[in-house]
Amino acid sequence: MPNKNKKAWSRLPDSRGYFGPYGGRYVPETLMAALEELEKAARAARRDKNFRKTLDGYLRNFAGRPTPLTDARRLAKLLGVRRLLLKREDLLHTGAHKINNTLGQALLAMRMGKQRIIAETGAGQHGVATATVCALFGLECDVYMGQEDIERQALNVFRMRLLGARVIPVKAGSRTLKDAVNEAIRDWVTHVENTHYIIGSVIGPHPYPAMVRDFQSVIGKETAAQMKRAGLSDPDYLVACVGGGSNSIGLFYPYLGSKSRMIGVEAAGEGLHTARHAATLSLGKTGVLHGSKSEVLQDGDGQIRLAHSISAGLDYPGVGPEHAYLKKTGRVSYVAATDKEALLGVKALSENEGIIPALEPAHAIGYLLKHRSLFKKSDSLVVCLSGRGDKDVEQISKMTGTKSEARNPCLAGRQAKQGSKFK
Amino acid sequence: MNRIDKKFLELRRKNEKALIVYLAAGDPSLAKTGELVLALEKEGVDLIELGVPFSDPLADGPVIQEASGRALKKHTTLKKILACVAALRKKTQIPILLMSYLNPLLRYGLPALARDAKKSGVDGFIVPDLPPEEGRQVASLMRGRGVHEVFLLAPTSPPKRIRLAARASRGFIYYVSLTGVTGIRRKLSAEIGRKLKGIRRESRLPVCVGFGISTPDQARKVASVSDGVIVGSAVVKALAAHPSMGAAEFSRRFVRPLVRAGKGEGR
Repeated sequence: MPNKNKKAWSRLPDSRGYFGPYGGRYVPETLMAALEELEKAARAARRDKNFRKTLDGYLRNFAGRPTPLTDARRLAKLLGVRRLLLKREDLLHTGAHKINNTLGQALLAMRMGKQRIIAETGAGQHGVATATVCALFGLECDVYMGQEDIERQALNVFRMRLLGARVIPVKAGSRTLKDAVNEAIRDWVTHVENTHYIIGSVIGPHPYPAMVRDFQSVIGKETAAQMKRAGLSDPDYLVACVGGGSNSIGLFYPYLGSKSRMIGVEAAGEGLHTARHAATLSLGKTGVLHGSKSEVLQDGDGQIRLAHSISAGLDYPGVGPEHAYLKKTGRVSYVAATDKEALLGVKALSENEGIIPALEPAHAIGYLLKHRSLFKKSDSLVVCLSGRGDKDVEQISKMTGTKSEARNPCLAGRQAKQGSKFK
Repeated sequence: MNRIDKKFLELRRKNEKALIVYLAAGDPSLAKTGELVLALEKEGVDLIELGVPFSDPLADGPVIQEASGRALKKHTTLKKILACVAALRKKTQIPILLMSYLNPLLRYGLPALARDAKKSGVDGFIVPDLPPEEGRQVASLMRGRGVHEVFLLAPTSPPKRIRLAARASRGFIYYVSLTGVTGIRRKLSAEIGRKLKGIRRESRLPVCVGFGISTPDQARKVASVSDGVIVGSAVVKALAAHPSMGAAEFSRRFVRPLVRAGKGEGR
């Protein structure tokens, strides 16, 4: 049965870009021909041995693949599970999994003869990963970023500029990621002849969700190979954070036909009972945003709601259409962790494993900490550590304030006896 | 017969071109939008497009983005716009199309929307983020109620897509004059005439041209090669600059020159 499943999952999306009822291509007519061209180019590249070899070379020798699979023993003990493995995408060049996709898309853009690249960015990680590959390949690079995010993420803005990219402030709408995507699409509509738009997540019109997934699925494929080499069987659970959903689908996709259970952790912000969250799959309704049909945070009139999360990378009112489908079919469970739980996740991983995670994957850790009781002693888990925390330390210190001096209740080992007090 | 078809038949008989004006519904208020529709008709405008405001208008330039934002601040909703059209129908039979992004329509519910659009006297829909491939359901629901779904074509549309849009469209075909978003442009593309010939080979529907047309001179040029001229941002911008000007005076000052230029050509 798993084998049959595997085939069914790998056939998605269908020829029109649909995952069940989700996906498609809801864009202005001006872009339709470019999307058809991109779809063709992506398909040809996937079949081209030379392309795969080139990409593989850059992933290995530029980005730093394969990334380690770290056995987080102390955190496993704290959670009361047999094994917790961390897929260390945080160790990649530029500090997050985003570069898997930007390398692939930049190579594809060159294949199509496009000399100019545009991108949107929220926290700046995807912007930095795009600026990086553009510097590497000598491509012109414009990154759209909400004015508000520019102020919050000054360091990444500086990095992008240092890499030779132009960072264009977006002052329309809510001045955050959602508006940066709008503005990037407007730019693309205007300059589609010579420009490729590198979308940073598994969102947008077909073929983006499938193409970004394929570039990111190196995460899951590598994990499976590493576990096999270590003589380990498939994990009981795969866990990853979900904003647009690129790192999670990258980990999940190669396992869809397996028996592993999967948990996607969205950002609950200040709580699902408040209006300030980014839990699109938990609380959204079916709609169309940024070129595809999926679940969307919106009001009764179909206006898009503002998302909120402590982590800029999850602060998005939409989600990839494939995730919407995986939720609908029940193949993946989607849950949510609050800002506070994510902060506890940061502390727990930092203090127990010597790894400071980005706020995004800290949501996955935070969820596990809170829901330890759901897991059995015999369970093995793989968590995708999608990015490192350097970009977030200032915000974390702001959020935790003087409390960061206080002793953390989720320390294992040294204070293993306190573990039981943790809630 | 749908009011749009009737209008184009009438124009064709008179050998005239259509002058279509876009208004961002609810900017500055729905009451004003209603007054403007009546005043525009008096000035000789042939069809009206009412923009349904959306939080994320990704095919629009700054002028319509801002108008959409102002309309949303006034709590303009699709439901209220339908009511506004229904009220207008007691006074005018000018063809009215709603131009809306897809999401507000989906939220309303498509079958209910088709029914209520018909009941309110809406004659058609233009949905800039709905290409014909994705628009089958919308188009067939609307067709069932005699409401036209107008699809768009762009300078980047290859012949295959021209055929697709030509087959799916009802009422007219909306040709986007440029690769870009809505807004005011100094120069028109020199390609428009040639592209329209390509479209005409595939369809007998009227072809109207929009995006970037703001001056009487541009309207005249576009009218000479098309069946109609659509003016949006220029009118919306002028309205934003003169929010308290009466509808009649506004139409006389800002729309009459466009009507004269756009309609004069065919005579």
